[in-house]
Amino acid sequence: MDWFPLLNSIRIAALSTVIVFFLGIFAAYFIAKAPRVIKGLLDVILTLPLVLPPTVVGYLLLLVLGPKRVLGRWLLDTFGLRVTMTWQAGVFAAVAVSFPLMYRTARGAFESFDETLAHAGRTLGLSSTYIFWRVRMPVCRQGILAGTVLTFARALGEYGATSMLAGYTPGRTATISTAVYQLWRTGEDGLAFRWVLVNLSISAVVLLAVNLLERKGGAS
Amino acid sequence: MALTVELEKKLGDFRLEVSFTAGEGETLALLGASGSGKSVTLRCIAGVERPDRGRVVLDGVTLFDSAAHINLPPQKRRVGYLFQNYALFPHMTAEENIAVCLRRLPKALRQARVMELLNLLGLSGTEHLLPGQLSGGQQQRAALARILASEPRAVLLDEPFAALDLSLRWTLEQSLRTVLAGFGGPVVWVSHDLGEVCRNCQRVCLLESGRSGSVCRMTDLLERPETVGAARLAGFRNLLPVQPGPAPETVFLPDWGLVLHTVTPWQEDTTTLGIRRVELAEGHDENAFFCRALEAVQDLNGMLVPLLPETGSPPPIWMELQKEVWQALPEKRRLYVRVRPEDLFLLR
Repeated sequence: MDWFPLLNSIRIAALSTVIVFFLGIFAAYFIAKAPRVIKGLLDVILTLPLVLPPTVVGYLLLLVLGPKRVLGRWLLDTFGLRVTMTWQAGVFAAVAVSFPLMYRTARGAFESFDETLAHAGRTLGLSSTYIFWRVRMPVCRQGILAGTVLTFARALGEYGATSMLAGYTPGRTATISTAVYQLWRTGEDGLAFRWVLVNLSISAVVLLAVNLLERKGGAS
Repeated sequence: MALTVELEKKLGDFRLEVSFTAGEGETLALLGASGSGKSVTLRCIAGVERPDRGRVVLDGVTLFDSAAHINLPPQKRRVGYLFQNYALFPHMTAEENIAVCLRRLPKALRQARVMELLNLLGLSGTEHLLPGQLSGGQQQRAALARILASEPRAVLLDEPFAALDLSLRWTLEQSLRTVLAGFGGPVVWVSHDLGEVCRNCQRVCLLESGRSGSVCRMTDLLERPETVGAARLAGFRNLLPVQPGPAPETVFLPDWGLVLHTVTPWQEDTTTLGIRRVELAEGHDENAFFCRALEAVQDLNGMLVPLLPETGSPPPIWMELQKEVWQALPEKRRLYVRVRPEDLFLLR
């Protein structure tokens, strides 16, 4: 059995989770503080990928990231990075689709954060950076953690946008989810079923890890 | 070496205008009903909220000056703020909460200072507990220890006992007094409890719907209230609309159809008469009159008797009587009472 799809899936999911973690948190932090009108507008735009069909997201991504499009050409010219039909394209797809999950859960956590804690920190002479990383983030860790896990799970299972942006090339862009579809389509049912089992076990392990972490967090 | 505050801030329809000075080592009370702008004032001093106009000067350092465009961040103001809910960081132990302010010290020194503060506030043994595992009183003291660790030049206390059981307050008040006595800088103590202010503060700044009056000594507020708000805070139950009387040093109560003699003359801006005490009259006392008495109410120290004029029904005035005296009264429906001129205050 060729293990490339597993490696590729985890590589894409891990990298996009890291990116979305920071993007989502900073978007959530600044939008939670923004004036009402701006907040409403940005909220709609940033949450859109959650409700759009992944193929639509993929199509929109192709519109900006295609080799002949603005952003795609710039990335190709400056970094020599081709962001369609490569594994990196999978990262773009996963980031776009999973971003709203991180953003929304983190924003919910930040909005329920007691702002007097930040005020207290400031009157005690703590820097804003320190307050953000050592007070706000730990206090909101439940929500942040939940958002991160959802992001990872969503990125791992991403199919629609990925298949449009990265396609399915065995050994180059194949992920578990695209492999399952291709193997099933080409009648290799047994192999497809094995990948299904692999995917199930990864998901189970991730969810178990979260439950353990949460219990540990709740007890201390 | 003092804290001078002159602030103006508009919050919707509410307008805050506060000015006072707290001297070195002085505990100044900021006294007012809820919603009078006490907390906002503290937040403006600490720098977590920005006033529209004014200035705040602490120990000769300008913390805020709208005219000179100075607005120091809270980090640089060195103003300790005890929040109503104490604002301890919930994920850090008592020890870590205090050590947060001492990050620049070498580890051994930091440890020693934390222990010293924990001991000072009677918190030894709780250093490894999270705020959620501390009692309300311990939380308050941990928050105080944290403030002291940050070496503030002034301390602001926002209703320090509001979140605590009545039974705890007395002991904690004494320990807080001890800590503040050792502090030495100006302290602003926000409260709506007159007793608390009386026991702990030398002077008081009265805040009435966003406006601060002149700063006065505690005894003056109690013995010579000048405004309706002051009288209310000083515990006056009887505040009546009043008009000038026919002769100098007399007033007329339109609701009661009564003319009363006062000690102080009528003032231009007098609107209200505060009556500190009503007592039973005998014979031909000054300011004595007949009235109807309604059902008496049992209070902590005796009976409260609502009194009404013989005709008409304005809001009652209240007379305090010892229970035995009330029970011994042969006639409880119609009473002959008086108010001494020295118990009458002309208020604006």
